[in-house]
Amino acid sequence: MKSLSELAAIREQMKDKVAIRTGSGDIRVVVGMATCGISAGARPVLNTFVEEVAAANLTEKVMVTQTGCIGICQYEPVVEIFEDGKEKTTYVKMTPEKVKRVVEEHLKGQKPVSEYLIGNTKL
Amino acid sequence: MKDLSLYILDIAMNSVRAGAKHIAIRLEEQDVVLTLTIQDDGCGMTPEQVKRLFDPFYTTRKTRSVGLGVPFLQMLAQQTGGDVSISSKSDTEYADHGTLVTAVFHTDHIDFIPLGNLTETIVTLIQGSPNVDFIYCHSMSRGSVAMDTAQMRSILGEDIPLDNYEVLNFIKSYLQEQYQQL
Ligand SMILES: Nc1ncnc2c1ncn2[C@@H]1O[C@H](COP(=O)(O)OP(=O)(O)OP(=O)(O)O)[C@@H](O)[C@H]1O
Ligand SMILES: [Mg+2]
Repeated sequence: MKSLSELAAIREQMKDKVAIRTGSGDIRVVVGMATCGISAGARPVLNTFVEEVAAANLTEKVMVTQTGCIGICQYEPVVEIFEDGKEKTTYVKMTPEKVKRVVEEHLKGQKPVSEYLIGNTKL
Repeated sequence: MKDLSLYILDIAMNSVRAGAKHIAIRLEEQDVVLTLTIQDDGCGMTPEQVKRLFDPFYTTRKTRSVGLGVPFLQMLAQQTGGDVSISSKSDTEYADHGTLVTAVFHTDHIDFIPLGNLTETIVTLIQGSPNVDFIYCHSMSRGSVAMDTAQMRSILGEDIPLDNYEVLNFIKSYLQEQYQQL
Protein backbone atom coordinates (compact mmCIF):
# COMPACT_ATOMS: atom_id res chain seq x y z
CA MET A 1 0.00 0.00 0.00
CA LYS A 2 1.32 3.42 -0.96
CA SER A 3 1.96 5.69 1.95
CA LEU A 4 2.47 9.43 2.05
CA SER A 5 6.04 8.88 3.23
CA GLU A 6 6.89 8.08 -0.40
CA LEU A 7 6.56 11.80 -0.97
CA ALA A 8 9.51 12.36 1.34
CA ALA A 9 11.49 9.96 -0.86
CA ILE A 10 10.46 11.93 -3.97
CA ARG A 11 11.64 15.09 -2.24
CA GLU A 12 15.04 13.54 -1.51
CA GLN A 13 15.42 12.38 -5.12
CA MET A 14 14.58 15.82 -6.44
CA LYS A 15 17.00 17.64 -4.22
CA ASP A 16 19.89 17.12 -6.62
CA LYS A 17 17.99 18.01 -9.74
CA VAL A 18 18.58 21.52 -10.92
CA ALA A 19 15.25 22.21 -12.57
CA ILE A 20 12.39 20.97 -10.46
CA ARG A 21 9.84 23.42 -11.71
CA THR A 22 8.06 21.80 -14.59
CA GLY A 23 8.45 23.54 -17.90
CA SER A 24 10.61 26.62 -18.11
CA GLY A 25 8.11 27.76 -20.70
CA ASP A 26 9.88 27.42 -24.05
CA ILE A 27 6.84 25.58 -25.32
CA ARG A 28 3.39 25.86 -23.80
CA VAL A 29 0.68 23.28 -24.56
CA VAL A 30 -2.78 24.56 -23.61
CA VAL A 31 -5.77 22.22 -23.45
CA GLY A 32 -9.32 23.62 -23.37
CA MET A 33 -11.07 22.23 -20.29
CA ALA A 34 -14.52 23.86 -20.20
CA THR A 35 -17.74 21.85 -20.39
CA CYS A 36 -17.48 21.67 -24.18
CA GLY A 37 -13.92 20.32 -23.99
CA ILE A 38 -14.52 17.89 -21.14
CA SER A 39 -17.57 16.34 -22.78
CA ALA A 40 -15.68 15.92 -26.06
CA GLY A 41 -12.79 14.06 -24.37
CA ALA A 42 -10.33 16.72 -23.18
CA ARG A 43 -9.41 14.88 -19.96
CA PRO A 44 -7.64 11.92 -21.61
CA VAL A 45 -6.09 14.32 -24.15
CA LEU A 46 -4.61 16.43 -21.35
CA ASN A 47 -3.37 13.43 -19.40
CA THR A 48 -1.82 11.83 -22.48
CA PHE A 49 0.11 15.06 -23.07
CA VAL A 50 1.34 15.01 -19.45
CA GLU A 51 2.45 11.37 -19.78
CA GLU A 52 4.00 11.56 -23.25
CA VAL A 53 5.88 14.78 -22.49
CA ALA A 54 7.38 13.08 -19.42
CA ALA A 55 8.14 9.89 -21.40
CA ALA A 56 9.93 11.96 -24.05
CA ASN A 57 11.98 13.73 -21.36
CA LEU A 58 10.58 17.07 -22.37
CA THR A 59 9.26 18.25 -19.00
CA GLU A 60 11.88 20.96 -18.70
CA LYS A 61 11.08 22.43 -22.08
CA VAL A 62 7.34 21.88 -22.37
CA MET A 63 4.66 23.12 -20.00
CA VAL A 64 1.24 21.45 -20.23
CA THR A 65 -1.55 23.71 -18.96
CA GLN A 66 -5.33 23.93 -18.90
CA THR A 67 -7.64 26.71 -19.92
CA GLY A 68 -11.39 27.30 -20.18
CA CYS A 69 -13.40 27.52 -23.36
CA ILE A 70 -11.29 28.57 -26.35
CA GLY A 71 -14.43 29.56 -28.26
CA ILE A 72 -14.62 26.94 -30.98
CA CYS A 73 -16.69 24.35 -29.10
CA GLN A 74 -17.60 22.35 -32.20
CA TYR A 75 -13.89 21.55 -32.69
CA GLU A 76 -13.23 20.29 -29.13
CA PRO A 77 -11.01 18.86 -27.78
CA VAL A 78 -8.87 21.83 -28.82
CA VAL A 79 -5.16 22.15 -28.06
CA GLU A 80 -3.10 25.27 -28.64
CA ILE A 81 0.70 25.21 -28.76
CA PHE A 82 2.65 28.39 -28.08
CA GLU A 83 6.35 28.59 -28.90
CA ASP A 84 8.71 31.51 -28.51
CA GLY A 85 8.93 33.51 -31.70
CA LYS A 86 6.47 31.35 -33.60
CA GLU A 87 2.83 31.62 -34.47
CA LYS A 88 0.36 29.71 -32.33
CA THR A 89 -0.59 26.23 -33.57
CA THR A 90 -4.21 25.10 -33.07
CA TYR A 91 -4.96 21.38 -33.12
CA VAL A 92 -8.60 20.34 -33.12
CA LYS A 93 -10.71 17.25 -32.48
CA MET A 94 -7.81 15.78 -30.58
CA THR A 95 -7.58 12.21 -29.24
CA PRO A 96 -4.92 10.46 -27.13
CA GLU A 97 -3.64 8.77 -30.31
CA LYS A 98 -3.24 12.12 -32.05
CA VAL A 99 -1.47 13.49 -28.97
CA LYS A 100 1.23 10.84 -29.29
CA ARG A 101 1.98 11.96 -32.84
CA VAL A 102 1.99 15.64 -31.87
CA VAL A 103 4.49 14.98 -29.07
CA GLU A 104 6.70 12.92 -31.37
CA GLU A 105 6.58 15.06 -34.50
CA HIS A 106 5.84 18.57 -33.26
CA LEU A 107 7.25 18.85 -29.74
CA LYS A 108 10.22 16.56 -30.37
CA GLY A 109 10.66 16.85 -34.13
CA GLN A 110 9.56 20.50 -34.40
CA LYS A 111 7.34 19.71 -37.36
CA PRO A 112 3.62 20.37 -36.80
CA VAL A 113 1.25 17.54 -37.76
CA SER A 114 -0.61 19.30 -40.54
CA GLU A 115 -3.59 16.89 -40.78
CA TYR A 116 -4.71 17.82 -37.26
CA LEU A 117 -4.58 21.58 -37.74
CA ILE A 118 -7.81 23.52 -37.60
CA GLY A 119 -7.62 24.55 -41.26
CA ASN A 120 -7.34 20.94 -42.40
CA THR A 121 -10.04 19.36 -40.26
CA LYS A 122 -13.59 18.75 -41.39
CA LEU A 123 -16.37 19.02 -38.82
CA MET B 1 -21.06 13.50 -20.62
CA LYS B 2 -20.61 9.81 -20.28
CA ASP B 3 -19.74 9.35 -16.63
CA LEU B 4 -20.06 11.12 -13.30
CA SER B 5 -16.33 11.73 -12.91
CA LEU B 6 -16.50 14.08 -15.94
CA TYR B 7 -19.37 16.05 -14.40
CA ILE B 8 -17.32 16.35 -11.20
CA LEU B 9 -14.31 17.63 -13.14
CA ASP B 10 -16.52 20.17 -14.89
CA ILE B 11 -18.21 21.48 -11.74
CA ALA B 12 -14.89 21.65 -9.87
CA MET B 13 -13.49 23.68 -12.80
CA ASN B 14 -16.11 26.33 -11.95
CA SER B 15 -14.57 26.51 -8.46
CA VAL B 16 -11.10 26.85 -9.98
CA ARG B 17 -12.34 29.62 -12.26
CA ALA B 18 -13.90 31.35 -9.23
CA GLY B 19 -10.40 31.68 -7.78
CA ALA B 20 -10.85 29.16 -4.97
CA LYS B 21 -7.86 28.33 -2.78
CA HIS B 22 -9.60 25.35 -1.18
CA ILE B 23 -11.85 22.88 -2.96
CA ALA B 24 -13.42 19.89 -1.23
CA ILE B 25 -15.03 17.14 -3.28
CA ARG B 26 -17.04 14.60 -1.35
CA LEU B 27 -18.99 11.58 -2.51
CA GLU B 28 -21.13 9.70 -0.06
CA GLU B 29 -22.91 6.52 -1.02
CA GLN B 30 -25.67 5.32 1.26
CA ASP B 31 -27.68 2.45 -0.12
CA VAL B 32 -28.95 3.71 -3.44
CA VAL B 33 -28.47 7.40 -2.69
CA LEU B 34 -25.28 9.08 -3.81
CA THR B 35 -24.61 12.59 -2.54
CA LEU B 36 -21.95 14.69 -4.24
CA THR B 37 -20.79 17.94 -2.67
CA ILE B 38 -18.29 20.37 -4.10
CA GLN B 39 -17.37 23.18 -1.76
CA ASP B 40 -15.06 26.07 -2.54
CA ASP B 41 -13.90 29.38 -1.13
CA GLY B 42 -13.94 31.16 -4.47
CA CYS B 43 -15.60 34.46 -5.33
CA GLY B 44 -19.11 33.08 -4.79
CA MET B 45 -22.31 34.40 -6.29
CA THR B 46 -25.10 36.73 -5.22
CA PRO B 47 -28.57 35.20 -4.66
CA GLU B 48 -29.58 36.72 -8.00
CA GLN B 49 -26.69 34.97 -9.76
CA VAL B 50 -27.46 31.64 -8.09
CA LYS B 51 -31.06 31.84 -9.32
CA ARG B 52 -29.91 32.34 -12.89
CA LEU B 53 -27.35 29.55 -12.64
CA PHE B 54 -29.81 26.86 -13.66
CA ASP B 55 -30.56 28.80 -16.82
CA PRO B 56 -28.22 27.68 -19.62
CA PHE B 57 -28.26 31.17 -21.05
CA TYR B 58 -26.48 32.50 -17.98
CA THR B 59 -22.70 32.58 -18.03
CA THR B 60 -19.99 35.08 -17.16
CA ARG B 61 -17.69 33.56 -19.71
CA LYS B 62 -16.91 35.67 -22.75
CA THR B 63 -16.16 33.02 -25.35
CA ARG B 64 -19.70 31.74 -25.72
CA SER B 65 -23.09 32.85 -24.58
CA VAL B 66 -24.29 29.70 -22.82
CA GLY B 67 -23.06 28.08 -19.61
CA LEU B 68 -23.74 24.38 -19.69
CA GLY B 69 -22.05 22.92 -16.64
CA VAL B 70 -24.66 23.41 -13.94
CA PRO B 71 -27.72 22.78 -16.17
CA PHE B 72 -26.12 19.47 -17.33
CA LEU B 73 -25.54 18.34 -13.74
CA GLN B 74 -29.07 19.26 -12.76
CA MET B 75 -30.53 17.38 -15.72
CA LEU B 76 -28.61 14.23 -14.79
CA ALA B 77 -29.55 14.42 -11.10
CA GLN B 78 -33.22 15.03 -11.85
CA GLN B 79 -33.32 12.17 -14.38
CA THR B 80 -32.36 9.79 -11.59
CA GLY B 81 -34.97 11.20 -9.20
CA GLY B 82 -32.52 13.46 -7.36
CA ASP B 83 -31.68 17.15 -7.66
CA VAL B 84 -29.02 19.83 -7.39
CA SER B 85 -28.95 22.65 -4.87
CA ILE B 86 -26.51 25.51 -4.62
CA SER B 87 -25.77 27.84 -1.78
CA SER B 88 -23.29 30.62 -2.21
CA LYS B 89 -21.89 33.72 -0.57
CA SER B 90 -20.55 36.40 -2.85
CA ASP B 91 -17.27 38.14 -2.05
CA THR B 92 -19.08 41.41 -2.67
CA GLU B 93 -20.98 40.84 0.59
CA TYR B 94 -19.14 38.27 2.67
CA ALA B 95 -15.63 37.73 3.97
CA ASP B 96 -16.26 33.97 4.21
CA HIS B 97 -17.33 33.76 0.58
CA GLY B 98 -17.64 30.59 -1.44
CA THR B 99 -20.00 28.11 -2.99
CA LEU B 100 -21.45 24.74 -2.05
CA VAL B 101 -22.92 22.58 -4.79
CA THR B 102 -24.88 19.55 -3.61
CA ALA B 103 -26.16 16.94 -6.05
CA VAL B 104 -28.19 13.90 -5.10
CA PHE B 105 -28.49 10.87 -7.38
CA HIS B 106 -30.38 7.61 -7.14
CA THR B 107 -27.87 5.01 -8.24
CA ASP B 108 -30.46 2.29 -8.86
CA HIS B 109 -32.26 4.44 -11.42
CA ILE B 110 -31.96 3.33 -15.02
CA ASP B 111 -30.74 6.81 -16.05
CA PHE B 112 -27.85 6.85 -13.58
CA ILE B 113 -24.50 6.73 -15.34
CA PRO B 114 -21.25 5.00 -14.25
CA LEU B 115 -19.02 6.77 -11.75
CA GLY B 116 -16.13 6.66 -14.21
CA ASN B 117 -12.51 7.26 -13.35
CA LEU B 118 -12.59 9.46 -10.26
CA THR B 119 -8.84 9.15 -9.75
CA GLU B 120 -8.25 10.63 -13.21
CA THR B 121 -10.52 13.57 -12.40
CA ILE B 122 -8.70 14.36 -9.15
CA VAL B 123 -5.26 14.07 -10.76
CA THR B 124 -6.40 16.31 -13.64
CA LEU B 125 -7.59 18.97 -11.19
CA ILE B 126 -4.31 18.91 -9.27
CA GLN B 127 -2.32 19.09 -12.52
CA GLY B 128 -4.25 22.19 -13.55
CA SER B 129 -4.18 23.95 -10.17
CA PRO B 130 -1.15 22.75 -8.21
CA ASN B 131 -1.46 25.59 -5.71
CA VAL B 132 -5.06 24.91 -4.74
CA ASP B 133 -5.73 22.73 -1.70
CA PHE B 134 -7.91 19.82 -2.76
CA ILE B 135 -9.69 17.53 -0.36
CA TYR B 136 -11.22 14.40 -1.78
CA CYS B 137 -13.29 11.86 0.09
CA HIS B 138 -15.40 9.06 -1.31
CA SER B 139 -17.22 7.04 1.30
CA MET B 140 -19.03 3.83 0.55
CA SER B 141 -20.51 1.10 2.71
CA ARG B 142 -17.36 -1.00 2.18
CA GLY B 143 -14.92 1.72 3.14
CA SER B 144 -13.60 5.04 1.97
CA VAL B 145 -10.97 6.68 -0.22
CA ALA B 146 -9.49 9.98 0.90
CA MET B 147 -6.79 12.48 0.05
CA ASP B 148 -5.71 15.95 1.10
CA THR B 149 -3.17 17.84 -1.00
CA ALA B 150 -2.29 20.25 1.84
CA GLN B 151 -0.96 17.28 3.78
CA MET B 152 1.03 16.13 0.74
CA ARG B 153 2.47 19.59 0.25
CA SER B 154 3.64 19.74 3.85
CA ILE B 155 5.66 16.55 3.31
CA LEU B 156 6.99 17.61 -0.10
CA GLY B 157 8.11 21.05 1.01
CA GLU B 158 7.88 24.34 -0.84
CA ASP B 159 10.24 23.54 -3.70
CA ILE B 160 8.40 20.70 -5.36
CA PRO B 161 5.12 21.63 -7.00
CA LEU B 162 2.24 19.16 -7.00
CA ASP B 163 2.15 19.18 -10.79
CA ASN B 164 5.58 17.60 -10.90
CA TYR B 165 5.22 14.40 -12.92
CA GLU B 166 6.54 12.04 -10.22
CA VAL B 167 4.20 13.60 -7.68
CA LEU B 168 1.17 13.33 -9.97
CA ASN B 169 2.03 9.70 -10.60
CA PHE B 170 2.29 9.08 -6.89
CA ILE B 171 -1.13 10.66 -6.26
CA LYS B 172 -2.63 8.57 -9.04
CA SER B 173 -1.40 5.28 -7.61
CA TYR B 174 -2.15 6.42 -4.07
CA LEU B 175 -5.83 6.80 -4.98
CA GLN B 176 -5.94 3.76 -7.26
CA GLU B 177 -4.57 1.54 -4.53
CA GLN B 178 -7.08 2.84 -2.02
CA TYR B 179 -9.87 1.92 -4.45
CA GLN B 180 -8.36 -1.53 -5.03
CA GLN B 181 -8.11 -2.21 -1.30
CA LEU B 182 -11.83 -1.71 -0.75
N1 LIG C 1 -18.34 27.61 -7.84
C1 LIG C 1 -18.66 28.78 -8.41
N2 LIG C 1 -18.24 29.96 -7.88
C2 LIG C 1 -18.54 31.14 -8.45
N3 LIG C 1 -19.28 31.28 -9.60
C3 LIG C 1 -19.72 30.15 -10.17
C4 LIG C 1 -19.46 28.85 -9.62
N4 LIG C 1 -20.06 27.92 -10.42
C5 LIG C 1 -20.64 28.61 -11.40
N5 LIG C 1 -20.45 29.94 -11.29
C6 LIG C 1 -20.97 31.02 -12.18
O1 LIG C 1 -22.05 30.50 -12.91
C7 LIG C 1 -21.82 30.61 -14.31
C8 LIG C 1 -22.43 29.40 -15.02
O2 LIG C 1 -21.74 28.20 -14.69
P1 LIG C 1 -21.80 26.95 -15.66
O3 LIG C 1 -20.88 25.89 -15.20
O4 LIG C 1 -23.24 26.54 -15.82
O5 LIG C 1 -21.33 27.53 -17.06
P2 LIG C 1 -19.88 28.13 -17.42
O6 LIG C 1 -18.86 27.61 -16.45
O7 LIG C 1 -20.00 29.60 -17.56
O8 LIG C 1 -19.62 27.51 -18.84
P3 LIG C 1 -19.36 25.95 -19.14
O9 LIG C 1 -19.47 25.22 -17.82
O10 LIG C 1 -20.42 25.59 -20.11
O11 LIG C 1 -18.00 25.84 -19.71
C9 LIG C 1 -20.32 30.72 -14.44
O12 LIG C 1 -19.97 31.44 -15.62
C10 LIG C 1 -19.92 31.47 -13.18
O13 LIG C 1 -20.07 32.86 -13.34
MG1 LIG D 1 -18.82 25.50 -15.93
